[in-house]
Amino acid sequence: MISLTDRKIADLELKANDIRVSIIESLAAAGSGHTAGSLGMADVFTVLYFAVMNHDPKKPNKEDRDRLILSNGHIAPVLYSTMAHAGYFPVKELLTLRKFGSRLQGHPHRTSLPGLETSSGPLGSGLSQAVGMTIAEEMDAGEISNKFFYCLLGDGELNEGQNWEAIMLAGKKRLHNLIAVVDRNNIQIDGNTEDIMPLEPLREKFLAFNWHVIEMDGHNMRGLYQAFLDAQSVAEKPIVIIAHTIPSKGVLSFQRDYRWHGAPPGKGPEDRVKKDKQKEVALKELKEVRGEIEEKIKNLNKE
Amino acid sequence: MLNKDSHFIKDIFAKEIKEEATRVGYGKGLLEAGEKNKNIVALCADLTESTSTHLFAKKFPHRFVQVGITEQSMASVASGMAAMGKVPFFSSYAMFSPGRNWEQIRTTICYNDVNAKIIGSHSGVSVGPDGATHQALEDIAITRVIPNMTVIVPSDSEAARKATIKAAEHNGPVYIRLAREKTPLITTEKTPFEIGKAYPVWVTEKPDVTIFSCGDILFNVLRVAKTLTEKNKKVTVVNVPTIKPLDTKTIIEHAKNSQKIVTVEEHQRSGGLGSAISEVLSESCPKQILRLGVDDSFGESGTPTELFKHHGIDYDGILASVEKYIK
Repeated sequence: MISLTDRKIADLELKANDIRVSIIESLAAAGSGHTAGSLGMADVFTVLYFAVMNHDPKKPNKEDRDRLILSNGHIAPVLYSTMAHAGYFPVKELLTLRKFGSRLQGHPHRTSLPGLETSSGPLGSGLSQAVGMTIAEEMDAGEISNKFFYCLLGDGELNEGQNWEAIMLAGKKRLHNLIAVVDRNNIQIDGNTEDIMPLEPLREKFLAFNWHVIEMDGHNMRGLYQAFLDAQSVAEKPIVIIAHTIPSKGVLSFQRDYRWHGAPPGKGPEDRVKKDKQKEVALKELKEVRGEIEEKIKNLNKE
Repeated sequence: MLNKDSHFIKDIFAKEIKEEATRVGYGKGLLEAGEKNKNIVALCADLTESTSTHLFAKKFPHRFVQVGITEQSMASVASGMAAMGKVPFFSSYAMFSPGRNWEQIRTTICYNDVNAKIIGSHSGVSVGPDGATHQALEDIAITRVIPNMTVIVPSDSEAARKATIKAAEHNGPVYIRLAREKTPLITTEKTPFEIGKAYPVWVTEKPDVTIFSCGDILFNVLRVAKTLTEKNKKVTVVNVPTIKPLDTKTIIEHAKNSQKIVTVEEHQRSGGLGSAISEVLSESCPKQILRLGVDDSFGESGTPTELFKHHGIDYDGILASVEKYIK
């Protein structure tokens, strides 16, 4: 990978903005689904699909591709939106999300849509699968493999004991081609993670299981890109990036409220925006963010 | 009389008969399959010798993954390996796999439709002294209900060896049910075994009763058939080693010709072979069916002999129930 220019960073920010718009539109059309985590992870997905991963939307099964395993399948809207914008399928198909006959199942179904590496939704099983994939790769290619396995997990999901079984095995096998990303947004359905089932000290937990830990802002494009570069340079240990994210990032009126975890625009909490205005307000606020990025690009072009 | 096509051992009813546990047949089959196909890999949750996976692990250490006591993760790790083109066989006691990790098997293996094989040893009351916690009596029920799954219950160690090799060649999820206890080796290398086929092993014209069975209890069912025949009753026994997909053609064909139907299995009466046969016959050939098995109860500690007797599925129990039923 090459270092990114400021312009390329700004382009990634625009892409993340497009993806957030698609998330809002597809969730509003579906009338159900998970908003907070989907919006919150848009930057991580953008960096992976548009700057980091070796993949080809025209050849979704190409053998040497990197693998992205989404463990918390309920944030499928961000996965689908990113894949559509990357060219895996038409963007307009996003409006079929969660509908009968759609390839975009409420939670991802591997055999329904080319480019999906697994089916997920029941929490806690993605990391085990990513560990299995990495072990299989190392059996064949040995430690010189340049293929990476990116497993994206929710923080609330870490309540599931199966994760810790997988974390133990990855540490035992020193799987340095395995890069997990924990969406540390501190919310889960019933409230804040530290009230429901405290995870802290999370960094120390991973360290204790022999993982390499990177902890950072999950919305800083340059930082994320650098974090993935750093992760790829680590030997002899699996890597976890604890990405601190803001629930519903990008839509100011939804941000940081755990009640947006499982609600779509039109059915969310009404303290800040009435239900019938939620989609409209979200799109307006995203447009404002877009304006700021475009302004930044203008200034870059002047320099 | 014994069906010649079964190619059983010469004197199946001899006093001394060689015995071997079905889990041992699995170990041999896995090794054989592994020699043929380098993509076959094995995983085990700290029961490598108990499940006979050690034969493979010793020969192919590089292709064996010791996951520790993590049955839930093991199922999904196997799913991930299958996604990369491996053919993983993962083993534990049936109570824990597919017992404890049922949802992982359903979602990450069957719904994902990947090529992973679930090996559940120590099924049934034949586990003996360990008691009810370790006696899986529900595993056929919980596996056969999952779409994309194939379910096999081999009748002896040689059948388990063949089932393992066939499972390795079959593309898709397979559950193989094995037992801890040594049981009579009644089949030979020539005995046919195909996934999805049922085999009439004791045949007669126009039977008074047809008994469907699976697993190593088949030996006692054959002994019952012999006794009943000597008492001038006409009996057919059909071995149904594949519970899913069920060989409906063979089952209906034999049920049609028979006055009465019995099923015998070392499993809960509900959800297992008896239920599977009842489902098919209730639609295509409705008949009264006597289902023998464990009757909605847990096992307990004891010798296998004591436990089979207690649940009425030893030789005497099966004979008495069938005689009463066809009187």
